[in-house]
Amino acid sequence: MPEWLKSFPTLGEEFLRSVRRVFDEGYRSFSREYGEAVEAIFDPLLYLLVWFERLLLATPWWLVVAAVCALCYAATRSKKLVAWTLATLLVVGLLGMWEDTMRTLAIISISTLITVVLGVPLGIAMSRSDRLQAIFTPVLDVMQTMPIFVYLIPVVMLFGLGKIPGVIAVVIYAIPPVIRLTNLGIRLVAEEVLEASDAFGASGRDKLIQVQLPLALPNIMAGINQTIMMALSMVVIASMIGVRGLGQPVLEAVTNQYFAMGILNGAAVVALAILFDRITQAYGRRLRAIR
Amino acid sequence: MSSGSIQVQGLYKVFGRDPAAVMPLVREGIGKEELRDTHGHVLALRNIDLSVPEGSVQVIMGLSGCGKSTLVRHFNRLVEPTEGSVSVGGVDVLTLPPGELRHFRQSVISMVFQRFALFPHKTVRANVGFGLDVQRTEERERDRRVARWIERVGLAGYEESYPGELSGGMQQRVGLARALATDAKILLMDEPFGALDPLIRADMQELVLGLQAELKKTVVFVTHDLEEAIAVGDRIAILRDGEIVQNADSQELVLRPADRYIEQFTLKINRARVLRVGSVMEPPNMELDSPLHCGADMSLEEALPRVSASPGEEAPVTDRDGNVVGAISVLRILVAVAGGRYSLGDGSEDRLKRILR
Ligand SMILES: Nc1ncnc2c1ncn2[C@@H]1O[C@H](COP(=O)(O)OP(=O)(O)OP(=O)(O)O)[C@@H](O)[C@H]1O
Ligand SMILES: [Mg+2]
Repeated sequence: MPEWLKSFPTLGEEFLRSVRRVFDEGYRSFSREYGEAVEAIFDPLLYLLVWFERLLLATPWWLVVAAVCALCYAATRSKKLVAWTLATLLVVGLLGMWEDTMRTLAIISISTLITVVLGVPLGIAMSRSDRLQAIFTPVLDVMQTMPIFVYLIPVVMLFGLGKIPGVIAVVIYAIPPVIRLTNLGIRLVAEEVLEASDAFGASGRDKLIQVQLPLALPNIMAGINQTIMMALSMVVIASMIGVRGLGQPVLEAVTNQYFAMGILNGAAVVALAILFDRITQAYGRRLRAIR
Repeated sequence: MSSGSIQVQGLYKVFGRDPAAVMPLVREGIGKEELRDTHGHVLALRNIDLSVPEGSVQVIMGLSGCGKSTLVRHFNRLVEPTEGSVSVGGVDVLTLPPGELRHFRQSVISMVFQRFALFPHKTVRANVGFGLDVQRTEERERDRRVARWIERVGLAGYEESYPGELSGGMQQRVGLARALATDAKILLMDEPFGALDPLIRADMQELVLGLQAELKKTVVFVTHDLEEAIAVGDRIAILRDGEIVQNADSQELVLRPADRYIEQFTLKINRARVLRVGSVMEPPNMELDSPLHCGADMSLEEALPRVSASPGEEAPVTDRDGNVVGAISVLRILVAVAGGRYSLGDGSEDRLKRILR
């Protein structure tokens, strides 16, 4: 049997290595040259993140608890959910994880904010053009299936370790649901309601703001819910590139085989996830109930 | 030209991939079925000519799928014609640029939909105010007009309700108020009461008639119910497979249907209630001097008890000013109610006379 039938013929080790080298060198010199400039672009984001984290840490714990509970009540009008929120925060604090929880809360909130600010307009654009939808859909598929570490590499090469690469990684990983569900929600708005807006001479902008977005809101909320869940699932991985919070003790626990520490911090992440999930879902249900 | 009139000429509408390509076939008179099965296009409207004078109610009738909705949607250009012209108040609607078209829809023409098409996330107040919002009407003025129309259609007290909390009839009142709030001269109503049950339907017809007496809008009213058509319409156009078969007032339609198709429509209605004395009377008879006179616009149902006070005689018919314009008899009424099946002059009249004596 000829050699190329027995083992898969390759383009040659030498050739492949040089191709990789070209890419690596290229990107490396790009990040050497423009790394600082790119970082400067993200400086405001860093300030925001640091400010919010400091705010959460500097505010007396009981004020934070009260504020979170008040937000929860405003969004859901559910006393039961407020009780759960209160209990979760108290237990987490009693078990000594208050500061890490606040750090995680900060990065998750900011990441979610960014995904919404970027994702909703992208979803709107996608809903208005079938061509954009055809282009975006495979890109989003790749973003969701690509192993996270693969896009951590270029981000870390560009930014080094720290909060900003963490947020960027979280945003890339978590943004697809918001885009997808904004697009879907707008496309699902009933034809007859759109016809009615046209019949009254509504402009494209009026139609979007007064009719399409409000009617798509429950779907958009479902997207935000998924996004938060995905962001939380990134907490441990983000800690590998230097993001502080509940992920770091978990990572430490893995390397040092601290069983209880791992369980406790992991449980805190899960508790946060459940809380966010219930609150955003209850809010989504309230939006739906209004119509 | 009066600003609320509608003129449509030579209108064709073909749905499909390439309507222009099949237009020659359509003009040669290809059937709807053949066009669909062998060419994959749907013929919705064929050579429609229609003129609706300002202030009148034009009804469009016909079976499901005959093109009623498609036709009314040409008047505000929710549908683009394949061929033909549409002008409203002398303005060619088809050449309006987007901004002017929007303005035209905001202020000249408004619409009520069969399945209400309300905004489910807006309150009754916000639904009614939608047309004014997109016109950027000043807030106080908007609130004033919204309140007035909500009141007028009988929804006072429901301002903060959502459409989903209202019954069908009330939802369509919202739809009506939303359409009226812009003060547009022309009102398109696409089977507005098709989804309502008969009693509520009668209420709504009454509401519309009351409003029309007050507002004198140009109304295009789609229905597939002849009773409703007769109740609201000045003229009734009957469509079949995208063509107007007959466009006439109710008397003409019932007394002289253009063909069997239209006659089918008229068979179920109560002729005594629909037909007017003036439409079936004989020429005036100069010797008439009976106190039992009837008004020309009385229905036969109303006239019959008067005339039958002396069944053998003819009663004079008077117009609104009291002038004698014709003569009517029990026999004449019965013949008209019987539906032309006893046509005058073939001996059946004598037979009826004998029965009546
Ligand atoms: N957007 C469209 N694309 C393709 N065909 C259409 C479209 N709209 C309407 N048609 C076809 O055009 C014809 C007329 O439809 P239209 O909706 O005007 O009928 P209609 O008289 O209003 O019927 P109904 O009483 O059921 O409302 C039908 O055969 C319908 O299938
Ligand atoms: Mg229809």
